[in-house]
Amino acid sequence: MIRSTHLPLIVTLATFVLAYALCAWQYPSMLSLRVVANLLTDNAFLGIVAVGMTFVILSGGIDLSVGSVIAFTGVFLAVVLRDTTLHPLMAFALVLVITSAFGAAMGSIIHYLEMPPFIVTLAGMFLARGAAYVLSTDSVPITHEFYDALQQVYWKTASGGRFRLIGGVMIVTFLVGIMVAHRTRFGQNVYALGGGSATSRLMGVPVASTTIGIYAISGGLAGLAGIVFSLYTSAGYSLATVGVELDAIAAVVIGGTLLTGGFGFVAGTFFGILIMGLIQTYIVFDGTLSSWWTKIVIGGLLFAFILLQKGLTWASTARRKVATGFVTPS
Amino acid sequence: MTDERRPMLQAKGISKFFPGTVALDNVDLTLHGGEIHALLGENGAGKSTLIKCLTGVYRRDSGRVLLQGKEVDPTLTHHSQRLGIGTVYQEVNLLPNLTVAENLYLGRQPMRGPFVDRRRMNTQARDTLRDYGIQIDPAQPLSTYSVAVQQVVAIARAVEMSGKVLILDEPTASLDHEEVQLLFSVIRRLKDRRLAVVFITHFLDQVFDICDSATVLRNGQVVGRVDLATTSRNDVITLMLGRQLAAQVRAPKPKAGGNTLLQIEGLQKTGMLNRFDLSLNEGEVVGLAGLLGSGRTETANLIFGAVKADQGKLTFRGKEIQLRNPRDAVAQGFALCPEDRKTDGIVGELSVRDNIILALQARQGWMRKVRRKKIEAIAEHYVRTLDIRLANLDMPIRLLSGGNQQKALLARWLATDPNFLILDEPTRGIDIGAHAEIIALIGRLQQDGMALLVASSEMEELVAYSNRVIVLRDRTQVKELVGEEITSDNIIRAIAADPQVEAAV
Repeated sequence: MIRSTHLPLIVTLATFVLAYALCAWQYPSMLSLRVVANLLTDNAFLGIVAVGMTFVILSGGIDLSVGSVIAFTGVFLAVVLRDTTLHPLMAFALVLVITSAFGAAMGSIIHYLEMPPFIVTLAGMFLARGAAYVLSTDSVPITHEFYDALQQVYWKTASGGRFRLIGGVMIVTFLVGIMVAHRTRFGQNVYALGGGSATSRLMGVPVASTTIGIYAISGGLAGLAGIVFSLYTSAGYSLATVGVELDAIAAVVIGGTLLTGGFGFVAGTFFGILIMGLIQTYIVFDGTLSSWWTKIVIGGLLFAFILLQKGLTWASTARRKVATGFVTPS
Repeated sequence: MTDERRPMLQAKGISKFFPGTVALDNVDLTLHGGEIHALLGENGAGKSTLIKCLTGVYRRDSGRVLLQGKEVDPTLTHHSQRLGIGTVYQEVNLLPNLTVAENLYLGRQPMRGPFVDRRRMNTQARDTLRDYGIQIDPAQPLSTYSVAVQQVVAIARAVEMSGKVLILDEPTASLDHEEVQLLFSVIRRLKDRRLAVVFITHFLDQVFDICDSATVLRNGQVVGRVDLATTSRNDVITLMLGRQLAAQVRAPKPKAGGNTLLQIEGLQKTGMLNRFDLSLNEGEVVGLAGLLGSGRTETANLIFGAVKADQGKLTFRGKEIQLRNPRDAVAQGFALCPEDRKTDGIVGELSVRDNIILALQARQGWMRKVRRKKIEAIAEHYVRTLDIRLANLDMPIRLLSGGNQQKALLARWLATDPNFLILDEPTRGIDIGAHAEIIALIGRLQQDGMALLVASSEMEELVAYSNRVIVLRDRTQVKELVGEEITSDNIIRAIAADPQVEAAV
């Protein structure tokens, strides 16, 4: 039995399968494990940050600060590793605390001052970007043997594809995200908030701690994405990852989550990421197309998914079940 | 556990003040387990304020609440829930995006380790709902079920979490007849479980159908606590609508002798108003009587064009006119003072002066600004003649008391110099002094030759100023009273008498 709430997820999956089939039909080599491995590696940081964004959007909010937080994390790590003798693991822990606290602070402002998340996280976006500039305006290379060690962690397939550590981090993040969203009380509260914050309050949902928790998760995952990005590029640059928050939002929506909150799945976001990565890979394979075609196709997909959501909302209100479930009072 | 005599919940001397009004004045309420108690009163009588004081949405200003003999003072909704007082509102306060089971168990899900045990939650939900007489798949989203089912789920949640007192605030307003009966069967089961149930509704049929006793509120005071088995509908309606005004106001009632101003034929809209006919002369006041939900406000809105009618012919001064929206009506010289002045009337942040001038400026069109001097003159004129009490014309209108807000709204429409003025509950929620002034003003306007249509739930008020009274019941025009026939008793009789329907039910 297919539930109407599952339909966007199914559509996302079908889109991915169809898109991959089309790509493979034109370029059979795209079926190789090497392409799959690169898909995971190249989109690792985006995927991680999109998990946090899924929670935020499910609750009916938005987080525009994550792109800047990733850049800040990269610059912070690069500067700390250049100027101090702190071990990278300590630096990782430190930056995760900072970014989570930053998210929690934004969540508190959103809740206690009753401000729209758009404006609060927009301010957060400028703040984090500004803080990155203050640390360094140049691209700072990261050279540390621990980084080299981490970058050498991979599982090589027979065909020469490399499943790297950061791809694995993304997959683990998704798995944990799925469990938290669908199997814990916190996750239920996130969905409840997305269904209506006034009603949630009446039903006894701890709105304050849930809101703060959601933005802390988003901030923390942006920090983790920053760590992964610094492993991916071996540098920290304050101008990096501009607009990544919008890519993450796009992935969430293509993944079938309703922008108004309350409906959607973390797993959908995973396929949203893969679809976006696939488009990019296709353009690389083609070689003649401008990379801007990525944006155009993603734009078209977004429109299609927004229309689909509208249609589903309309359809689900149109065919409401009548009170047939009643049994006669005995 | 509890002995039979001790009430489940007892509220003593509850008072609640809002700026400018006394919402509740020394109200007592007693509820027994296994009893369905109706809370009756017209809009603004204080029913919902009382409920909110009991459930902790509002802090009461004085009084005590005893739950099974122990004093309680809930400050939050879920606090009162934990104490045992559950509430279900007309608007289903559940989350449509979650499943039925998730709604039922939100915040208290059965857990297995750190994770929600979905399978157990769904089976428990299925079993619980079967006790309430509905058999549905609790793993489906709530929004896939009808409002009646959602209402039962809301009741189930409230009862499972609270279990002592259940307050139902207009739960049947959006249900059809069959669904109401299903809901009632659920409520009767709860009665058998010795819950104390408070039932708020404006459908008197339903009150007599299911309730055992009733407390009647009027203007924030308890005017009666009755045993419904030994009380007639007439007595209940008399309590609700009151007759205290008779001694205070007897405005002179000029004879309506003008020409026919407006003729309404066959005005109707499905679900809002059945065929409505009215011929109105210059200088005539026609009252619209009926209980809440009988179609008073709907009639006013349909005539004014605020809601588009399905059909109906309006003839104004011998010419047929089309009113597609309120602008058309204003252009003809119509004016409407709406019932809910807080949401439909005043613009709270604007000054008193701007609020008064709003309708005139709107009629002139935004291109032609009313001159400053004229604005000043108009505003001052009405503040003086209507005796609006304020510090100065620049203060935001929301700071005025209810009565003065109402007068400023009247001034807004009088400034447009209307031929035909519709007043919907012009005296709701204002103090007794302002009340008398507004009634006197209606008399003055009538003498000036204006035609008025006044919808009101206050019998005595209608008797005081109406040349004719049209009685509405169930969205139908049921009686027209003229001249000497207009008395409170006749109006109440016309509202209550319902031989066919009573025979049918």
